[in-house]
Amino acid sequence: MLQALEGSQAVAQAVALCRPQVIAAYPITPQTHIVESISKLVADGKLQCEFVSVESEFSAASVVLGAAIAGSRAYTATSSQGILLMAEVLFNIAGMRVPLVMTCANRAISSPLSIWNDQQDSMSVRDAGWIQLYCADNQEAVDTTIQAYRIAERTELPVMVCMDGFILTHTLEGIDVPTQKQVDSFLPPYQFARQLDPRNPLTLGTLVSPDFYPEARHSHHQALLNAQAEIVSADQDWFALTGRKSGGLLTIEGPEQATVAILTIGSVLGTLRAALEELPPGQPVKLIKLRSFRPFPKETLKAACKGLKDLIVLEKAFSPGSGGIVGLEALAAVAELPQPPRVHNFAAGLGGRDIPLDILPRLLAVLEEPDNNRFRIIDVDLEKLPLADR
Amino acid sequence: MTTKIITAISELRKKQPRFRGLESGHRACLGCGEALAARLVIEATGPDVLVANATGCLEIFTTPWPESAWRVPWIHSLFENTGAVAAGMESALKAQGKSTKVLAFGGDGGTFDIGFQALSGMLERGHNVLYVCFDNEAYMNTGIQRSSSTPHAAMTTTSPPGKERMGKRHLKKDIVSIVAAHHIPYAATASVSYPSDIRKKVRRALAIDGPTFLQIHCPCPLGWGHEGDESITVARLAVQTGLFPLIELERGGLASAMPIRHIRPVTEYLQMQQRFRHLFTDEARAKEELEHIQAIADHNIEIYGLRGECKDAFDSEGMDTVRRGGMRWA
Ligand SMILES: Cc1ncc(C[n+]2csc(CCOP(=O)(O)OP(=O)(O)O)c2C)c(N)n1
Ligand code: SF4
Repeated sequence: MLQALEGSQAVAQAVALCRPQVIAAYPITPQTHIVESISKLVADGKLQCEFVSVESEFSAASVVLGAAIAGSRAYTATSSQGILLMAEVLFNIAGMRVPLVMTCANRAISSPLSIWNDQQDSMSVRDAGWIQLYCADNQEAVDTTIQAYRIAERTELPVMVCMDGFILTHTLEGIDVPTQKQVDSFLPPYQFARQLDPRNPLTLGTLVSPDFYPEARHSHHQALLNAQAEIVSADQDWFALTGRKSGGLLTIEGPEQATVAILTIGSVLGTLRAALEELPPGQPVKLIKLRSFRPFPKETLKAACKGLKDLIVLEKAFSPGSGGIVGLEALAAVAELPQPPRVHNFAAGLGGRDIPLDILPRLLAVLEEPDNNRFRIIDVDLEKLPLADR
Repeated sequence: MTTKIITAISELRKKQPRFRGLESGHRACLGCGEALAARLVIEATGPDVLVANATGCLEIFTTPWPESAWRVPWIHSLFENTGAVAAGMESALKAQGKSTKVLAFGGDGGTFDIGFQALSGMLERGHNVLYVCFDNEAYMNTGIQRSSSTPHAAMTTTSPPGKERMGKRHLKKDIVSIVAAHHIPYAATASVSYPSDIRKKVRRALAIDGPTFLQIHCPCPLGWGHEGDESITVARLAVQTGLFPLIELERGGLASAMPIRHIRPVTEYLQMQQRFRHLFTDEARAKEELEHIQAIADHNIEIYGLRGECKDAFDSEGMDTVRRGGMRWA
């Protein structure tokens, strides 16, 4: 049944449907509405769980780590500075292969301080060893949250569900909230093979010598690569159950014969869809929505880019001193094709800068520039900068 | 002669089987106070526990993969999050309706300094966790750097004495008072040189449903600069001089203190340790520091009323002789 819900409320309901036993969180804009909504569900007795109001994100991540290894399904959510404060724990959770789910309400990183959306926060911890799934809309955020628990618990890898701050978290949409029965049939009760239990004492988080460290890293890497199958099957099974898909590893839409594609990640897809409708017929363009950034679905992306002449990568973060993050990875992937497309890489929407509909013709204008594939931040007004920084 | 004593001890062990949660064969230095204290704590808690352990010597010397000295479920996550990991474990057990007790272990660095915030949060939220701080008064695992627990004037690799300095310039942080100021049900100090007292305090803490805290003074022969077989003597002198008062605090108020039957001058304690050797010169500033340290001990004796009046089975001498099998549950 469709309900008009704010993205944060919708995610809170999705989390509650997964029957978490421990939730720990610390407030930060734009994540706050999620934990406030969950607190209300707990206060109203609609969700039976231990809600731990911690004193920092560092402790939030540590509390859910402790809860998960002690045998309870756990949840946390954060943003921006909170992700950075958690960073050490995030790597630790993943290295220990603890199945957890966290929502990242994507927000820019200070300094300069910005509470508005981009994806620099989750991108900054891309090497933490978490699965990272990006949502294009709030229905996807709901469905992906539920799928995330199944993926995490089957792969023993933590999953970060990334949704654009404000653009999704604070926007009202009609949401089809799954029933408890649906979720229960999809998600079995929490089980963790290495659960701490006095009847079977295990030692977790030991010191390893160089004799074992590379093997541990290899197995973590391999587990992430293998997780692609679980991400796909979770989405397929969810589709069979609810008739809705969130897009597996990535999805392609648009005319088959198009030789130009725009690769995006997150909610900007909606803007591009709308912009495409307004575009006068002529240039056919495909849209590729990358849902799984970690693991990076190289083979699937290569298949999606076969026959393309131009691939435009539009992202909301970058690596200062280098360039685009998704762009560089896409470039490396398509370079393995016999006839690789040209890759053009843009960052846009940084720190909440509006991405207007006319972004599309501006992106497509790059096709007229011969061999110009440098990375650019769209829409920078150089007039605002001192000469030396232009 | 030696073999005879060893046989006698092992026979005694057999006669008094106890739960061993921390096995022998780990890699601690000879005479490590922390190893002994951890063993004593786990003996007293029994097997129905989950342990969260901070980074530090105790973690390193007990768990070199693929070996482990622990026979209780045990996790090491990071240096500074032990209070929070324990809080999470406790919340999970609560949600599952289990009564297993959660223990958190940290060194003084992991407790007084970098893990202080997570500890404070855990105490404030009232988690049913016994947090044990193994206080060896420096960052030993990384090679003896000063912590906020390092006593005044002690030498560490980051508080070396020199022309301008006489070791650590600052005072030892009074962690137990800070912890007690959270108005938790029970906070106490103990010393590895008083095993029955440790047992008593652990049992007392375990019986409480709520956050409890135990700070155990543990000599580190490597970091303090004394022989491994002197650890107990050194630790006992810390108590008998008044430098490390053994106290119990309930809901923030002082509930008991172990009286000192014969108060010893601080120099007896200090001169056994290389970390204080720069205080034993003819320099005026060395003498002044010794006076400072004596004043700290005198102050402790005063505020906690440590002066014993008469023979007492629970004072600093009597506690030595409380034996297993005799006043066993003392
Ligand atoms: C965030 C972080 N900073 C620094 C370290 C390095 N480190 C590991 S153990 C340790 C000192 C431990 O000291 P303490 O807690 O007193 O325990 P001890 O080794 O003395 O038992 C340090 C500084 C670390 N592991 N993590
Ligand atoms: S350095 Fe000190 S604390 Fe560490 S194992 Fe050796 S004696 Fe124990």
